[in-house]
Amino acid sequence: MNENTILLAHGSGGKLTRELIKELFYRYFSNSTEIKDADSASVNMKTSSLGFTTDSFVVNPLFFPGGNIGHLAVSGTVNDLAVSGYLPRFISTGFIIEEGFSLKELEIIVKSMAEEAEKAGVQIVTGDTKVVNRGKCDKLFINTSGIGELVEGYLGVGSPEKVQPGDQILVNGSIADHGMAVMAAREGLSTKGLQSDVAPLNRLIGRLTDAHIDVKFMRDATRGGLATVLNEIVEGSDMSITINENDLLVNEGVKGLCELLGLDPLYVANEGKVVVVVAEHDLDKALSIMREHTLGRKTRHIGAVASENPGLVILNTQIGGNRIVDMLAGDQLPRIC
Amino acid sequence: MMKFIDEFRRADLVKELLHKIKSESIKKIKIMEVCGGHTMAIHKFGIKSLLPDNIQLVSGPGCPVCVTDIRFIDTAISLARLSNTIIATFGDLIRVPGSTSNLNQEKAKGARVQIIFSPLDALLLAEKNPDFNVVLLGIGFETTAPGTAVALQEAKAKKIKNFFVLSAHKVMPPAMKALIDEEVGLNGYLAPGHVSVVTGSGIYDFIADKYKIPVVISGFEPVDILKSIYHIVQQFEEGNAKVENQYQRAVNPGGNPKAQLALNNVFKLRNDWWRGLGVLPNSGLNLNNDFSQFDAEKVFSIKVEKPKEPKNCLCGLVLKGIKEPKECPLFKKLCTPVNPVGACMVSNEGACHAQYRFGLSNTKLSLI
Repeated sequence: MNENTILLAHGSGGKLTRELIKELFYRYFSNSTEIKDADSASVNMKTSSLGFTTDSFVVNPLFFPGGNIGHLAVSGTVNDLAVSGYLPRFISTGFIIEEGFSLKELEIIVKSMAEEAEKAGVQIVTGDTKVVNRGKCDKLFINTSGIGELVEGYLGVGSPEKVQPGDQILVNGSIADHGMAVMAAREGLSTKGLQSDVAPLNRLIGRLTDAHIDVKFMRDATRGGLATVLNEIVEGSDMSITINENDLLVNEGVKGLCELLGLDPLYVANEGKVVVVVAEHDLDKALSIMREHTLGRKTRHIGAVASENPGLVILNTQIGGNRIVDMLAGDQLPRIC
Repeated sequence: MMKFIDEFRRADLVKELLHKIKSESIKKIKIMEVCGGHTMAIHKFGIKSLLPDNIQLVSGPGCPVCVTDIRFIDTAISLARLSNTIIATFGDLIRVPGSTSNLNQEKAKGARVQIIFSPLDALLLAEKNPDFNVVLLGIGFETTAPGTAVALQEAKAKKIKNFFVLSAHKVMPPAMKALIDEEVGLNGYLAPGHVSVVTGSGIYDFIADKYKIPVVISGFEPVDILKSIYHIVQQFEEGNAKVENQYQRAVNPGGNPKAQLALNNVFKLRNDWWRGLGVLPNSGLNLNNDFSQFDAEKVFSIKVEKPKEPKNCLCGLVLKGIKEPKECPLFKKLCTPVNPVGACMVSNEGACHAQYRFGLSNTKLSLI
């Protein structure tokens, strides 16, 4: 290809489209499935109990410390399947590209998607590209959908129905890394000490399911952060959750920026963190299994489910007090003074 | 470890202070804080859950967003609707309800509303967009007003023609006096930490001297707040009343002379309307005659209708610490952070929002 930017013609289905698909998408997304160059991909699944999910990615900026929109697009969909008890297998990807977008940047993003897919052991098997006039979309939007095979014994683990008092809560590491890294990059603040945690969690989760750990519920703590997931578990139920501030892990750089802006790390997005609720008898085993994996080395046991104070999420503060951690209303806004 | 933060969050120091407070605090005492930062910190650390029952901590009008009257929002909205105008505002303000709309809704309808972190960001916005008028919504007390003053001084020096300020800046002491005059029944003031960094401690002398109410300037960490409460309790039990500075690592008795100079150079005092308190004499800061070319009120003669206060909203009484948020008939039913009726519910620092998020202030949770 001679051009270095995306033109409207790249999306029109003609010669430039063919070139783009072959030299960029096929080049990086080629996999063991022979490229058939058809309108649909043929895939074989081992079971008819399938998980199916979709997500769209519009992050700004496209590149941030620790990753880019491509990493998010693959891991986001992989994780939605994995936390719901499905083994992620195949991904589709749709690109909506603004006319004038840099081909070099697109290549970096596509390459990142391929690398992330390899890390997760999934295949990107079908896709679509559209190019829109300048100003009709913000540089690049990506949609990915994914299908996965049900992991036996874990049907419904993505809903909190099986959670009960006495269950214990784990998180595989530090919170608020992604949201703060993106915010700093977007607002032109120093990104020192900040790095997105974007990562595919299916292999970490696979370790738990392989060991038949009694996992009652899982969810990745993306938009709205850890606090939102915990509230989603107990909202309208007869249970409560208590977590301990001293057991939460927040990296120094993240802590500093949150303090400066008056933001609460509990509500900031993560892209490589899963909340795992396990039966009490499996707590120690689950902890040690998670800590054996690179993405779970810093797993923390943050709290437990109880029956007092139904519907509430309570934080035991670091100074020995307590307060309620409510559902976020709207976006967190930086403080004035 | 974060210097100046972690040391002041030590659980052992907190325990020690609580022990002292509990052993010396006998009489019923009502302490008011008048700073949004204190409201947040008290709730965030769960300080009320640790204090003995005879100590009542109330939130006063310390949230700059909450005391900003509806007319200001309506004016800002009218400005936002002008075709070549960018409104630069601090985050909280975009959700404050005006008579019929708010800035967030106007943004969704196409108005140019930009959230900024500092007044200098707004000036930069004006420099980068010479074809637009940039209006900075100047709210905040003595903490943030110097920032606006500096931005205006720079705008004047650089001869920038498209930068304006709509000021709702206010000063604290008149409000603190009004609350005592209203006989809210206060026995002590936690004085605002960051305001005091700018003003120094002298502005509170009249409260101790004339009204015999103890005042302690407090920092924002749990150890700061508890130490300040302890000092107020001590004074109260002994029948004393003086101004003490607990926040000595940041507050000098004379304050920050440079900031004060900037304020005096740019602003003049005027009578101003405080939501919940009404008009307070010499309580507002407006641009003086040397900076009138930047005064959005003068330059854009916007006429707004008489503002409509929402029915049954108790923001006024909440801001005075007379009513708790949960006593407002709209609290949690019609007035929530997602759909706020009054300003106290909008800002994170507002008493109603804080109570909604962090729980009922005097409810002891059944501990697990």
